[in-house]
Amino acid sequence: MISLKQGQIEAGEHKTAPVDEAGRRKFLKGSAAALALAPGMTLFAYGEAITKPAEQAVTTKSRWGLLIDAAKFSDEDVDACVKACQDENGWRDTGKPMTDAQWIRRVNLKNKKTDEQFSLPMMCQHCAEAPCVDVCPTGASFKRKDGIVLVDKHICIGCRYCMMACPYKARSFVHEHIEDQKEHAPRGIGTVESCTMCVHLVDEGKEPACVKAAPEGAMVFGDLNDKTSKLAQLIKSVATQQVRADLNLDPGVRYRNI
Amino acid sequence: MAETYRQLREYNYGFNILLVLHVLIIAIGLGAAFYMEHNGHVVTGMNNQIVWGLPHVFAVFLIVSASGALNLASASSVFSKLAYKRFARLSAILAIALLIGGLVVLLLDLGRPDRLIVAMTHYNFKSIFAWNIILYTGFITIVGIYLWTMMDKTVTRFNKAAGWGAFIWRIILTTGTGSIFGFLVAREAYDAAIMAPLFISSSFVYGMAFTVWVLITMCQATGHRLLTQGVSEKLRELFIIFIAAMLYFTLVHHLTNLYAAEHIGVERYILWSGSVFTWLFWGGHVFLGTVLPLLILMKSDFGSSRAGLTFSSILMLLGGMAHTYVIIIGGQSYPLSLFPGMGVTSTFQDGVYANYMPTMPELLLGLAGVSMAMFIVGFALKILPFLPAPVTENQ
Repeated sequence: MISLKQGQIEAGEHKTAPVDEAGRRKFLKGSAAALALAPGMTLFAYGEAITKPAEQAVTTKSRWGLLIDAAKFSDEDVDACVKACQDENGWRDTGKPMTDAQWIRRVNLKNKKTDEQFSLPMMCQHCAEAPCVDVCPTGASFKRKDGIVLVDKHICIGCRYCMMACPYKARSFVHEHIEDQKEHAPRGIGTVESCTMCVHLVDEGKEPACVKAAPEGAMVFGDLNDKTSKLAQLIKSVATQQVRADLNLDPGVRYRNI
Repeated sequence: MAETYRQLREYNYGFNILLVLHVLIIAIGLGAAFYMEHNGHVVTGMNNQIVWGLPHVFAVFLIVSASGALNLASASSVFSKLAYKRFARLSAILAIALLIGGLVVLLLDLGRPDRLIVAMTHYNFKSIFAWNIILYTGFITIVGIYLWTMMDKTVTRFNKAAGWGAFIWRIILTTGTGSIFGFLVAREAYDAAIMAPLFISSSFVYGMAFTVWVLITMCQATGHRLLTQGVSEKLRELFIIFIAAMLYFTLVHHLTNLYAAEHIGVERYILWSGSVFTWLFWGGHVFLGTVLPLLILMKSDFGSSRAGLTFSSILMLLGGMAHTYVIIIGGQSYPLSLFPGMGVTSTFQDGVYANYMPTMPELLLGLAGVSMAMFIVGFALKILPFLPAPVTENQ
């Protein structure tokens, strides 16, 4: 059992935290195992390896999530995440800002009282109680057992009710024909789409593209259910925020320093 | 005993021209829908901020009206107001027709209308939208049975039960339609339980306005008198009550929103920002759709005359369209509040009022829905005795 005191770990700084003896041994063992793996493979997990064989069904054992530290992002950093998502998933700016899809976007914020300005990446928050899943008439909007919210493009009828329901404006409607799609991210005219948390990469034990493109420690990906994961430890130890927490949707994406 | 209902058997040039016109509008609307389907929604004014556009305004308006069109039938069967019995069949067939008109628009505005079979076979029972699909098909079935009990003497004994069934179903249906918006917790313009009674009260007004409009059109087309002075007077009184109820729910909706700080922004935007929605709300919904008809109807002589009822019905329908437009488009145009107290900008139009300019294909599709409803009614009048028989001067 690892115990942490509030504020003892800063996102991305990889500080070792005071732990009890049993927890320390488990922690070190897990860290060593993670470091021994090839780059990109389960680096986000301190505990047991999370890669699952392709034929194995997704279970509720894991719940994938992200912690985004707004203080660590410049505008260019957010744009790099957006670019990485575009390259990975094949959506792009076609010069039609009103109808182009945006799976992830840079939101610029300005505190009206203090004039403090900063920006952060905003995308599907992969809510546990996702309104898009609730309202979808056909069940095309669905949540995998591991918490990743997706759209089944085969049964999406393009009613756009999920776009009306999403509090984060995270979904886009495909307004015209699409060419040059990525094999792992199929898209279709007349259907709705959004961030998939790079599910194809996650299933291979890799991190989402935006996380890789983000500055060191600015985006931490991991398993919210695994108490030994870096993400879970951070969320336990530092003050984090949920966007529209008032809606009680339990998003998988958390923020800090907003 | 004089006949109560009649079928339009005789050749009527004006009426036939009207039917042909509706067929033409339907054909053009279907062409517009094909154009949208072929090119994608990029050819419409809709975008990733205003995801439901003018076709939804038409569709919701027609679906809400469908429920209200059943008013006269319900008054006759459920509340035993026999004066309306003559209009019960027309009222029921109009209700079905308006619903079909609305559903056709809704279907053809889907991103993938070719997947209708998916919508009919995959249900997410937590979705109010899925429930609505069941409510719509159920409405057509129940009102169809209700019509059967009105028209087939062998099953007349079930008329009262069918009338009650249809009445309860229509209330649930409009509750469901209002809840499509009421359940949208994320959007400040919606997220209110009052959307359901607001929609029900609106349905009474719009549906009956459609009924009166059709009746008066049929008076013109056939050259017969279909409304007695007594019924005209009752319709006038009913309209006043229904408009007052709609105005009441509109008032409560906005006043309760104004009380909560989090909703003041959207109320300011709709009620006094000077946006197109402000004009449509005050000029369209409030003035044209409620105040002016009320003024006309309060004047009993003119209010119950054919001209008075025609004019006020048209005003109520125009006001209804304006009201639906403000609810659907205005509600989406107001930006989502992700970070209260912060100024927000993005490449995805965060923090700004979303623009929407409907395009011709959207308008044509919407109008085709209205024509579809009117054509169904007109065609039904030709093949079965739905129309009330003419009345004489002394009735």
